[in-house]
Amino acid sequence: MAAQHPATAPGTGRSLARSRPRYGEAIIKALLLAAALVSIATTVGIIYSLVEPTIEFFQAVSIGQFFGSTNWGPLIKPATFGVWPIVVATLEITLIAIIVAVPLGLAAAIYLSEYAKPGVRKFFKPVLEILAGVPTVVFGYFALSFLTPLLKDIFPFLNLEAKNALSAGLLVGIMIIPIVASLSEDSMAAVPNGLREGSFALGASKMLTSIRVVVPAAFSGIVAAIILAVSRAAGETMIVAVAGGFKSIFTFDPTNEMATMAAFIAQAGAGDLSTGSIPYKTIFAVGSLLFIITFVMNWFSARMVQKYREVYD
Amino acid sequence: MAILSTPASTVRLASQGRPLKEHLFRIALLASLAIAMIFLVVLLVYVVTQGWSRLDLNLIQNFPSLRAVNAATAGVLSGIMGTLWVVALTALMALPTGVLAAVYLEEYADKTKWYNRLIELNIANLAAVPSIVYGILGLGVISRGFGLGPSVITGAITLSLLVLPIVIIAAREAIKSVPPSIREGSLALGATQWQTIWRQVLPASVPGIATGSILALSRAIGEAAPFLLLGAATLVRFNPDGLDSSFSVLPVQIYNLITNSRPEVQVVGAAAIVVLLAILLLMNSVAIWLRNRYQKRW
Repeated sequence: MAAQHPATAPGTGRSLARSRPRYGEAIIKALLLAAALVSIATTVGIIYSLVEPTIEFFQAVSIGQFFGSTNWGPLIKPATFGVWPIVVATLEITLIAIIVAVPLGLAAAIYLSEYAKPGVRKFFKPVLEILAGVPTVVFGYFALSFLTPLLKDIFPFLNLEAKNALSAGLLVGIMIIPIVASLSEDSMAAVPNGLREGSFALGASKMLTSIRVVVPAAFSGIVAAIILAVSRAAGETMIVAVAGGFKSIFTFDPTNEMATMAAFIAQAGAGDLSTGSIPYKTIFAVGSLLFIITFVMNWFSARMVQKYREVYD
Repeated sequence: MAILSTPASTVRLASQGRPLKEHLFRIALLASLAIAMIFLVVLLVYVVTQGWSRLDLNLIQNFPSLRAVNAATAGVLSGIMGTLWVVALTALMALPTGVLAAVYLEEYADKTKWYNRLIELNIANLAAVPSIVYGILGLGVISRGFGLGPSVITGAITLSLLVLPIVIIAAREAIKSVPPSIREGSLALGATQWQTIWRQVLPASVPGIATGSILALSRAIGEAAPFLLLGAATLVRFNPDGLDSSFSVLPVQIYNLITNSRPEVQVVGAAAIVVLLAILLLMNSVAIWLRNRYQKRW
C-alpha cells in the first residue's frame, strides 16, 4: 500500500497533491470565477454602450464644435453642442464640494484616528455612516428648500438664484465628507505606532505628531481618498439636478443656476427621446466624457491604494 | 514631607497643562465632527417638520398626483411597491453573485496573475463609477439593446450591477477577517478546499456579509439617478405586476414631488422623504447592531 500511495518521498519529486482530479471542485471554482467576471462584463458593457452612439454623435457634430464652442443647448432649437458650460459647471461644483469636504473630512479622520477614545469613536463612526447612507435626492431637497433660502437671508447681496451652483456644491461637499474621512482614517490607522512613539520620544506634542508624522506617513491614502471624493462629486446627479438646475449658460458665477454634465444626462434621459436622434446620442457623448474623467481618477486612486497600502506591514 | 509623598507631581516629564494651541487644535478637530452631526440633526428635523402635515396613512395607501387639489390625500404607494420589487430582485441577483465573486478573489485567486489583479482593480473602479453612468448602461444595453424596455427587470439588472462592487468589497472584508488557522485546521482534517469554504469560512463570515449586504441594499433603495434614464421618471399610478411591468421607485417619485412648483405637492415629497429615511435608518441600525453583536475577535 505504501508503495502505491507514496506521500512525498523526499527526493522523488512527488507532491502531496491529490492523485486524481476532483471535478466537482473544479466546476465550483469555474462558477466562482464566472461570478467575478461579471464585474469585467459590466465594464465592457458600459464601454460598449457608450462607444457606438458616441461615434455616431461625432459623425453628426464635429469635435471642433463640441470642444470649441461655449453654447450648449442640444435639446432646444436651433441645437448647439459646445460642451464647455456643463464642464465648467461640473468643475465648479466639484471645487466647492472639495473646499468643504477636505478640511472637514481630514479633521474628522485625524480626530477619530489619533484622539478619540473608543467610546467617542463608537458614537461618531455611525454618524458618518448614516451621513454616507442619506440618499442624495434628500440632500438635493435640503439644498433647494432650506439652504438656498437661508443663504439668501444671510447674504442678500449675492443675488442667489432659486437654483444655484453654490448650494448644490456645498451639499455635494457634505455628501463626500464620509468618503474623505473613512478612507483617510483607514490609512492613518495603518501607520505603525513606532512612528508615533518615536515622535513623542523626541518631545513632539500630539498635534505635531499628528500633523508632521501621521499625516505625511498616510499621505498616499489621503490623496487616494480625495481623488475618489472628487470623482464622486463630479458624477453626483440628484443634488445638482434638484438644487443646481438645468440651465446651461457659460458662466463662472456660482450664484447662477447651472447644469453639470450629470444633470444634463438626467434631464435629457428623463425626456422620452427616440433612439437614434441626435439629442439621444448627446446623452452618450456627455456620458463618455464623464465616464472617462471619473474612470481616470478612480483608476489613479485605486492604483495609489494598491501600490502604497502595505508599506509598513 | 509633602513633596516626598507626592513625587509624581514634582517630576512630571510632560509639561504641566497643554499649550493653548494643542487645545485649539483638538477643539477644531472635534468641531468638524460636530458639524457633520449637527447637519444630520438639522436635516432630519427640517424634513420631519416640512412633511409633518402629510405623515398619514394616505401617504402609503394612495397613488401619487401632481395636482394641488389631490395634495391632501395623494401618496407614494406605487413608488414604495416599485422600490420593493426592484430591490428584492436586486438582492436575489447581486447578493449571491457578489459573495461568490468575493470567495473566488479571497480563496482561489492567485494574486500574482495579471487577470486576477485586473479583476480587483476593475471592481475598485466600478464602485466609484457615477450611478448615472449605470443608467446609461441600463438605457443603451439592457433597455434598448436587449429590448427589455423600461421595465422592472431592466431596473433590477441595472441596480444589481451598480451595487455588485459594493457587495463584493464588503464580502471580501468579511472573508478576509476569518483567520488562516481555521482554514488550515479544516484542510488538515482532510476537508477539500470547497468543503473548508462552505462549512468553515462562509459560516464564520456571515455576520460581516450580512452587514455589508444590508448597507449595499440601503444604497440601492436610495438610488434615483439611473432610474431617471430607465423610464421610471413619470408618476406611475399603478403598482408593478410582473417583471415586464413599467414602474417607478420611491426616490424618483420624491424627485418629481419636491421639484414641483406647488408647495402643497412639495409637502407630500417631504413626507415621502421621511418614509424613505425611516426605512434607511432602520436598515443602518440593524447593520450596526449586527456588526457590534456578532463581530468575532479571533
